[in-house]
Amino acid sequence: MTIYVNGKKEEMPKDTTMEQCIEKLGYEKKKIAVELNEEILPKSQYESRILSEYDTLEIVTFVGGG
Amino acid sequence: MISTKEVMIPTKEEIYQALCERHTSEIQEKLAAGRVAIAGLGGLGSTVAVALARAGVGHLHLIDFDKVDISNLNRQQYRARDIGREKTEALTEILLDINPYLEIISDTVKITPENAKGLFAGEEIVCEAFDRPEEKAMLTDIFFEEMYPEKILVAASGMAGYGSSNLIHTRKVTKHFYLCGDETNGLEGGFSLIAPRVGVCAAHEANMILRILVGELEP
Repeated sequence: MTIYVNGKKEEMPKDTTMEQCIEKLGYEKKKIAVELNEEILPKSQYESRILSEYDTLEIVTFVGGG
Repeated sequence: MISTKEVMIPTKEEIYQALCERHTSEIQEKLAAGRVAIAGLGGLGSTVAVALARAGVGHLHLIDFDKVDISNLNRQQYRARDIGREKTEALTEILLDINPYLEIISDTVKITPENAKGLFAGEEIVCEAFDRPEEKAMLTDIFFEEMYPEKILVAASGMAGYGSSNLIHTRKVTKHFYLCGDETNGLEGGFSLIAPRVGVCAAHEANMILRILVGELEP
């Protein structure tokens, strides 16, 4: 199935969870926030949330410094 | 030498009046009623706090577990004589020196998923001003797990080095979540944190907070 990640098309197997998707895309879960269809998805839901065709993800990657 | 001349501190009304003259009383009323929590009192947090205190934001909640270190002086608002003091205590003193009539409360604790919701119970806006990306992400996660949509989060990412100031921006990631910074240049890139660029980013956070307080919700 097709999903969109930060504006880019990505192909994922059917029934991919958010947890699997993040891992597959190579993101460090501990340093990101993920917006799924315009709502931030809390990490407690990554494992249970199954992605659907044309889901739109925006992944914010935090970098160090403050 | 410090002068021994008697210092005259203006009254609460005099300071408020001076702020109203500069900002208009309509704006000042909103800022004075503002309640903002600042999570992390490093280069970002201490600078945001000073900006909001000068603007007359009425209630500031300062949270940091750490003490002032000599390595902080390159970009944080502390003074050499603050080294070794708790950041909450030193910053409270700095803010009250600017405006003695602000309500400044503080907690000298490490913010964790367990205590975050309780810590921010009294404020409508949470300013994320941590150093480590894992902590930034943790607070964002807890925010959306437990504080959304009642509150608003203003966070920062990417302000290291001395690259162009113009790469630092404010954007609305989603409802109730604003992100300031260049989103790229972190400590991971081998750059260090230097006062001007951290200050630019802190000013973005402070101005977004100010905008929210006066009812402007777009970055």
